[in-house]
Amino acid sequence: MPTDVERWKSEVYGDDIRTHLFEFAESGFDTIPDDERDAWFERFKWWGLYHQRNGQEGYFMMRIGTPNGVLKPGQLQVIGEIADEYARGPGVNPIFGASYADFTTRQSIQLHWIELSDVPAVFEKLEANGLSTQQACGDSWRNIVGNPVAGKDAQEVIDAWPVIEELNKTFKGNDDHANLPRKWKVSVTGSVDGSGQGDINDLAFEPAYKTRDGAEVVGFNIRVGGGLSRNEPRLARDIDVWVEPDNVSTVAGGLSALFRDYGDRDDRYNARMKFLVDEWGTEKLRSTLQSEYIDFELETAGRDVRRSYSYNTGEGPRNDLVGVFPQKDGKYFVGLNVLVGRMGAADIKQLAELADTHASGEVRLSQRQNIILTDVPESELDALLNAELLTHYSPTPSPFMRGSVACTGTEFCSLSIVETKNRQVRFARWLKANVTIPDGLEEFHIHLSGCTASCAQPQIADVSLRGMKTRKNGEPVEALDIGLGGGLGSDPQFARWVGQRVPVDEVPGAIANLIDTYAIERVEDESFRTFIQRHTDEELAAKIEPAETTYEDPMMHNTKRTWYPYAENDALDAGPEAPADD
Amino acid sequence: MTIRLRVLDDGAWISVNDTRRVRVSELWRVRALDFCECALTDLLVENFQSVSTDGAKICVSVYGECIRCGTDGTLQWLPVGRVIDGEFYNQALDSIRIS
Repeated sequence: MPTDVERWKSEVYGDDIRTHLFEFAESGFDTIPDDERDAWFERFKWWGLYHQRNGQEGYFMMRIGTPNGVLKPGQLQVIGEIADEYARGPGVNPIFGASYADFTTRQSIQLHWIELSDVPAVFEKLEANGLSTQQACGDSWRNIVGNPVAGKDAQEVIDAWPVIEELNKTFKGNDDHANLPRKWKVSVTGSVDGSGQGDINDLAFEPAYKTRDGAEVVGFNIRVGGGLSRNEPRLARDIDVWVEPDNVSTVAGGLSALFRDYGDRDDRYNARMKFLVDEWGTEKLRSTLQSEYIDFELETAGRDVRRSYSYNTGEGPRNDLVGVFPQKDGKYFVGLNVLVGRMGAADIKQLAELADTHASGEVRLSQRQNIILTDVPESELDALLNAELLTHYSPTPSPFMRGSVACTGTEFCSLSIVETKNRQVRFARWLKANVTIPDGLEEFHIHLSGCTASCAQPQIADVSLRGMKTRKNGEPVEALDIGLGGGLGSDPQFARWVGQRVPVDEVPGAIANLIDTYAIERVEDESFRTFIQRHTDEELAAKIEPAETTYEDPMMHNTKRTWYPYAENDALDAGPEAPADD
Repeated sequence: MTIRLRVLDDGAWISVNDTRRVRVSELWRVRALDFCECALTDLLVENFQSVSTDGAKICVSVYGECIRCGTDGTLQWLPVGRVIDGEFYNQALDSIRIS
């Protein structure tokens, strides 16, 4: 029996939603019939709009999909202007203010407090400037990710940007691939650093060599069925296929069509590609792809470069892309830390001006929620690095600032169990002020996800935090599970969850104690991840010592029972009315 | 009378007659000896899997974790409320539910 979502999708989905969306924007939020709201809210996702959580009736999160995180000259300024004008609502964040944008772990941009009546104007401005929300959410091709400095990176073995552009052009607004059983996340990487994080995507193209006529040519190996959500993390699996760049679109389309036709539409919890790969195995997947979807003979996998992967591995250079790095054209890219990926509208506009003044104006977003200014000539480096804004968005931040990743949390999200972004800022600030960093530790990744959906990619961090509840002195309080030792690279591993239900005010103490233990017990200069790897779960559990410290957490209570956690009167029934048409 | 029941927002809500009525993230007290060894499971509700009716009673299948002992998994058909004359009445949050 088809699910409600499948039934709604069968009635109206894809590009057609836009007409209805604009009609509702014109006639007003209140004109969406009560018995159709669930259906329309589900459909609006395809155009990048999520209705915010209970208590925030009539306000939407808007996601803008920026393929590979690429923002061409002028586009960051547009984002800042739209955030300033439209991403304002009745709730004001005590750390980030009244208007801001979030850079996500999939190299997209999220705005909050968007009113339905403003959607046509926002779309008009976005689209006039080459930006779009199309398929940013919903059951279809999501924003394509990769090494954010594709085409610029001195380390890349193949420029993946033209491939990503081609995929984006082919599969956005493509009726044959608009309605899939579930979301479809694709990564294309051309760099040896693994910064496309292909292992955690439904479909990954990774650089690989094949010998042709005695010479090596570069193309992509294919992995399928990765993902982190719902306590069922999977690494994408090697299906033994190499493809040349010109055929990426054809094979990607074949796999997307295979998922469309064979994915589970009866059970949304079982619908992701990773479960189909579990069920079929890679041999059946490959043979079905070959026999039913591809009309040329697929080649076997080539020689990959996975041994060189450094991104999010917990050690070595280019564990992230924060800092100053050479481009292949002699210029530089400068990666700036954006703590938990959130930036105020005024800062966004100021950064856009800096990018215009000192570089090409183009910026890129990374999967670690950071921002990168590209094409900086050597002659402009000092002036850029001395800009006052970069004291806050630093290319040389504390390990605790640069390593912090957080999802949206209970501020806006229905699924999250705990407050996240502001809490992660408080954690990072406290750790920076109170923890002595062991010699040589330049990066320390802490990812905080509010629930098992894993939007902050918690399983691939040095310290993984996941929203929970516990009781403290008999009272229910927000808590976090603690995982250790996750990371990608040539030997990717998910975190081991060795600390359960630690009250949130004791988590910074637990991390501080763990780092102290690491500093004392590490062998020579071994990395934190290596240190974790050589201990059993039981040993690690004993090393986590939750402790109350000078850290105080103002959000211990059930932040989900508020209309907005930071409101003076935060009671659910004190929330705003749905915004009136204007 | 027909009752429209749905799991919405990737399992975050139970909708009754087109209104979101029961949310995740709450702690429920559950008597479920086949789930964990606690006399009373202190269940953190993480995700709704499905919803159905048993007469006027609305019941859910839910994924969660007992915050006393750490057992996690799916519990089936826990009551969340009743529909009387077309009106939904939430089960009291501090009530004891029986699996």
